[in-house]
Amino acid sequence: MALLQIAEPGLSAAPHQHRLAVGIDLGTTNSLVATVRSGMSTVLHDEDGRALLPSVVRYLPDGFAEVGYAAQAKQSVDPHNTIVSVKRFMGRGVKDIPDAERMPYHFVDAPGMVQLKTVAGVKSPVEVSAEILKVLRERAEHSLGGELVGAVITVPAYFDDAQRQATKDAARLAGLNVLRLLNEPTAAAVAYGLDNAAEGVYAVYDLGGGTFDISILRLSKGVFEVLATNGDSALGGDDFDQRVFCWILEQAKLPPLGPHDSRTLLTKAREAKEWLTEQPEATITAMLDCGMSVELTLTSETFTEITQHLVSKTLQPTRKALRDAGLGPEDVKGVVMVGGSTRMPNVQKAVGGFFGQEPLNNLDPDKVVALGAAIQANVLAGNRADDDWLLLDVIPLSLGIETMGGLVEKIIPRNSTIPVARAQEFTTFKDGQTAMSFHVVQGERELVAECRSLAKFELRGIPPMVAGAARVRVTFQVDADGLLSVTAREKSTGAETTVTVKPSYGLSDEEITRMLTESREHAVDDMAARMLRENQVEANRLLDAVQAALDEDGALLDDKERAAIDELMGRLRAVAGGGDSPAIKQALEALNRGTEFFAARRMDQSVRRALSGHKLSELEMGEES
Amino acid sequence: MSITLTEKAASRVKSFIEKRGKGVGLRLGVRTSGCSGLAYTLEFVDEIADDDSTFDSNGVTVVVDPKSMPMLDGTVLDYVREGLNEGFKFTNPNAKESCGCGESFKV
Repeated sequence: MALLQIAEPGLSAAPHQHRLAVGIDLGTTNSLVATVRSGMSTVLHDEDGRALLPSVVRYLPDGFAEVGYAAQAKQSVDPHNTIVSVKRFMGRGVKDIPDAERMPYHFVDAPGMVQLKTVAGVKSPVEVSAEILKVLRERAEHSLGGELVGAVITVPAYFDDAQRQATKDAARLAGLNVLRLLNEPTAAAVAYGLDNAAEGVYAVYDLGGGTFDISILRLSKGVFEVLATNGDSALGGDDFDQRVFCWILEQAKLPPLGPHDSRTLLTKAREAKEWLTEQPEATITAMLDCGMSVELTLTSETFTEITQHLVSKTLQPTRKALRDAGLGPEDVKGVVMVGGSTRMPNVQKAVGGFFGQEPLNNLDPDKVVALGAAIQANVLAGNRADDDWLLLDVIPLSLGIETMGGLVEKIIPRNSTIPVARAQEFTTFKDGQTAMSFHVVQGERELVAECRSLAKFELRGIPPMVAGAARVRVTFQVDADGLLSVTAREKSTGAETTVTVKPSYGLSDEEITRMLTESREHAVDDMAARMLRENQVEANRLLDAVQAALDEDGALLDDKERAAIDELMGRLRAVAGGGDSPAIKQALEALNRGTEFFAARRMDQSVRRALSGHKLSELEMGEES
Repeated sequence: MSITLTEKAASRVKSFIEKRGKGVGLRLGVRTSGCSGLAYTLEFVDEIADDDSTFDSNGVTVVVDPKSMPMLDGTVLDYVREGLNEGFKFTNPNAKESCGCGESFKV
């Protein structure tokens, strides 16, 4: 008998069609997999009941790989083939790895991403990560009793396109369908249900084994926007262990130790640190190979004192991230604690003191990211009712279309939540125009030249009509993966063209930031440029229209009148191509005014033409029918 | 007519509902499909319909729609662990045969 989970009302899966989805925290030190069971997010354990999988892969001569605790145990005896912290190499070249010489690996410089030479051949970080993901996938499939429809995998908020793409590739290699990549701080916030909480700014303080990250998120309308990130890639729980280790050496007045004794004492140091999470003091006892013994008591006060500078080191990037976001600690509505090292009471206290509030810490800080990813995966797999739909992604830059004069008409404004669809109607500019070309652009600036071009396409088959009579509906649609499709459809004939583009492709966070800053810096210039272009377009349109009228009904004017209009047209033509916006505007208005009587005369004539040859009685009948 | 939850199942259901933040009970049902004809459904309940039957079992309100009731009468719902997997298990005296995996059955 298969085992069932409780579904949301009306969402029971058909037999053999359970939509099993997991969240994966692919961490630098440890990785986890979680899923939502009967509405509750839970971390999945291995056969031995362990939740964490050390992110360590050891390659063996027969080509196989050991992953996790088994690989970690061999780290010191087989350092060249045992890859730890592979996350640091994802999407990175040799030049990007600052301490490459100090690592025990044989790096191979390959285009795009560094590779590692192991006993089982040259491996890319993508392949190494895939080994970790494969183990997690198998664990999940055993636990859930079926194949997964997909996974949400978390990445640091600061990961760029290459690093994100590498993570996706690793998942695909491990046989996982990536439902979405989710920022780690966002996942942590989701685990605490903050996506359903009041709108506002939240801080996510993530102190792991070897890295520290601080992220400032803003929640509005159920969407998290990353305002700023900062951190220290060489600061974590290991540094606290090291500090206690040094304190032991000082207190016990020990001589320089051999590697085995060092390891023993380092383990003792970590145990003491962990003990102090719950207890006021820890006893450290050890018999060393060198014949000396250690017996010390570390109090909570002493621990706080000797690690004070490490805690302060996390507050500097925190301050900086807040400053980048243009905020102060008082603007932060809630603080989420992530990473095992945030269990330390002195860290909790310092963070609480800094933000002036108790941090959120009732979920296991090692698991919170995976738990949040699982919640998101469950939604994306379609296991929750529509009204609970979580919208977590926004488009980073506005999407729009080029209009006459090289101006941008924004169709979907930036920070719109996806999926999204917006439509707008456009019309023809010239009489008898049968085709329109569309230029899809991305950016915040007013002029096409300063935005990023995404695609160009043409709509043909518009029936010839006077300018402004055709109705062309342009629909922009961005799906949940950020894929944009643009459709143009002429309403009377149904003629249609569609083009699909990926707007985020190839844009790094810096480029997006640069484009945004520029748009703010150039806001005033842009408005002026837009006005100028609009005046230029209007000038050309009016000149065309007057010329057409003259060609048709020039006979209605005497020579003097004709000369006056020619003069006004000449004046407008002279300034229309130039950059003097007020002059164009002035000449435009002059021509408009100067042709009013001509327009009136044409109107009279066309009325006369319509009436001529008809008797009054016919006209009245015509009105009745 | 009755449906019972074991104590273990009831306590899991209660904690799931509490964690979910809303819900008035647990709905058991039967629907047609699957390789052997009928399949169980298990859902949270936000609203009880007028023609639903309700039972109290170990403190949990069990809700069953009228069409499913005859096929579920006497069922015992347990919460079990099987290897790494854990979940709810139906023991239904009405089920005559079931498919290999037990997800669907015939009466």
